[in-house]
Amino acid sequence: MMNSVRIDAKDLHYTPLNQQIRAAVASGAKEIIIDNVLGQRFIGDGLRGDDVTITVNGVPGGDLAMFMSGPTVIVKGNADHAPGNTMDKGKVIIHGSAGDAVAHSMRGGRVYVRDNIGYRGGIHMKQYLEKRPILVVGGSARAFLGEYMAGGLLIVLGLNSLSPASERGIGSGIHGGEIIIRGTVDENNLGVGAKQQPITNNERQAIMPIIMDFAQVFGIDSSCFRTDTYTRIIPASARPFANKYTWE
Amino acid sequence: MEWIRFHCDNMCGIIGVIDRRRQLMDGSKIKEALASMDERGSGEGAGYVAYGIYPDYKEYYALHVFFDNIREHKVPLDNLLEKWGTIVHDEQIKTYEQPGLRKVHTPWRYFFRPDPNMMPKSTTPEEDIITHLVMKVNSERNGALIFSSGKNLGVFKAAGWPEDVANFYRIQDYQGYLWLAHNRYPTNTSGWWGGAHPFNLLNWSVVHNGEITSYGTNRRYIESYGYKCTMYTDTEVVAYLVDLLVRKHGLSEKMAVRALAPPFWEEIDRMPPKEQELNRAIRLTYGPALMNGPFAICVANENSLVGFTDRIKLRPLVSGESGDRLFISSEEAAIRRIDPDVEHITMPRAGEPIVGKVYS
Repeated sequence: MMNSVRIDAKDLHYTPLNQQIRAAVASGAKEIIIDNVLGQRFIGDGLRGDDVTITVNGVPGGDLAMFMSGPTVIVKGNADHAPGNTMDKGKVIIHGSAGDAVAHSMRGGRVYVRDNIGYRGGIHMKQYLEKRPILVVGGSARAFLGEYMAGGLLIVLGLNSLSPASERGIGSGIHGGEIIIRGTVDENNLGVGAKQQPITNNERQAIMPIIMDFAQVFGIDSSCFRTDTYTRIIPASARPFANKYTWE
Repeated sequence: MEWIRFHCDNMCGIIGVIDRRRQLMDGSKIKEALASMDERGSGEGAGYVAYGIYPDYKEYYALHVFFDNIREHKVPLDNLLEKWGTIVHDEQIKTYEQPGLRKVHTPWRYFFRPDPNMMPKSTTPEEDIITHLVMKVNSERNGALIFSSGKNLGVFKAAGWPEDVANFYRIQDYQGYLWLAHNRYPTNTSGWWGGAHPFNLLNWSVVHNGEITSYGTNRRYIESYGYKCTMYTDTEVVAYLVDLLVRKHGLSEKMAVRALAPPFWEEIDRMPPKEQELNRAIRLTYGPALMNGPFAICVANENSLVGFTDRIKLRPLVSGESGDRLFISSEEAAIRRIDPDVEHITMPRAGEPIVGKVYS
């Protein structure tokens, strides 16, 4: 393919690696494949270009696709902390697990993680007008899922036969957006400011195309998703800490 | 969002590996793994500890000392050691000049046999003599600092980047079955040779990413048992707490971690009665040993490697397995730097230890 560029990242620091990625995009490359990635941080950060696809072969370092606006990043391996940090537009698709603070402060676009995520997934995701970020996790999430969430949509499916969200502090400090968990959630695990409700038919219809897209990307059997039960976790109020930090 | 970022990935880099069959590994790969996390440090402190490196002197305590000045400060230490036992052998630790590292101390090693008759009242006289000497020398600050005091192990550290410190000591020339390494990003106190990790006392070594905000409470508690905190940083308190809880009080490593990073009261309230009783007892007995604040810690002794994080997981820690080896690190990529085929990459739950023990 004419517009394809291959980069060998073996023992390459992230600065020259990102310079090569940017140079490739500037010269019109639409497909960039990076081999032998091992721990390089900040891959694709601040990158623009809606029709660019970057494939990362290996285990990248933290803050993958931070501030990215447009491209698709496909990781063939696990990711470290905060992939999709403050990402604006585009997609991050992780064929593995990811560390803590996945989709940290994300503004738009989608992050799909096939397996599990660490603590504080979706921390402070936000939304504004047409910008609505989406994080979908195939496996399970650790504690403080959706902490301080201000907007966006977070879905955890629990496909690896583990409970999708069985740890404390789910939606702790949530004041916008929604968290959808396949199955039920122990009330004890809800954080301060979060409440749960069964999903309505309309809400189920609204998330189904997203789940189907996720299943299709990773080649997962999607037959059960339409009939499964889901729990929806939303803010109990728009200002969960109104009485904690201010007095009116 | 700087404060959230700080909570999520900052800072310091940790890597540890234990070979359960005690097969030796030289330090070259550990150096590479630690250097791959240079981003986590600031060039103001790095260090390594290796177990199994002194087989010819394994029955003696290997004391590693930083001297400010050999001529003035060595003789008083020699005299002190001769008073408490026998210096079997001593020599300068070989170092190799590095452009990026200023040699402000001269590292020295002693192989030392304490005289148990010097502490007739103690049931563990040798260990108590070593602890006493370490506390005395390090608190008097007389141009000598004992930064490593175990048997058949040694700490190698300095103020510098991981690769510079490794090359300064030629860490690849040492062969150990258990390694810990640390890359420091000092935040609350300034970086210096003694403040670099690992921290060691007897056979305990500790590396730590984060900060222990309960340091004041923990320090008062541990000093009431005769330990002295002298390194201007919070991590040394962990080494002493582990020594007290495991060596002195006989707790298992798992129970010690439970005391240092216990479950929350509301979690205890939901446990079955027997577990409730145990966890209540631990929290009540060891309240002042509870460590607050963000941390990921690895602790080692001659038989085991233990990793754990604070109770709400404000610092990263992953583990991996490869045959007889258990790896623990801040980053999966650092582990893969040593062994690309590592399996079972896992993230231990907050406050729950991951333990690797040698087969015995």
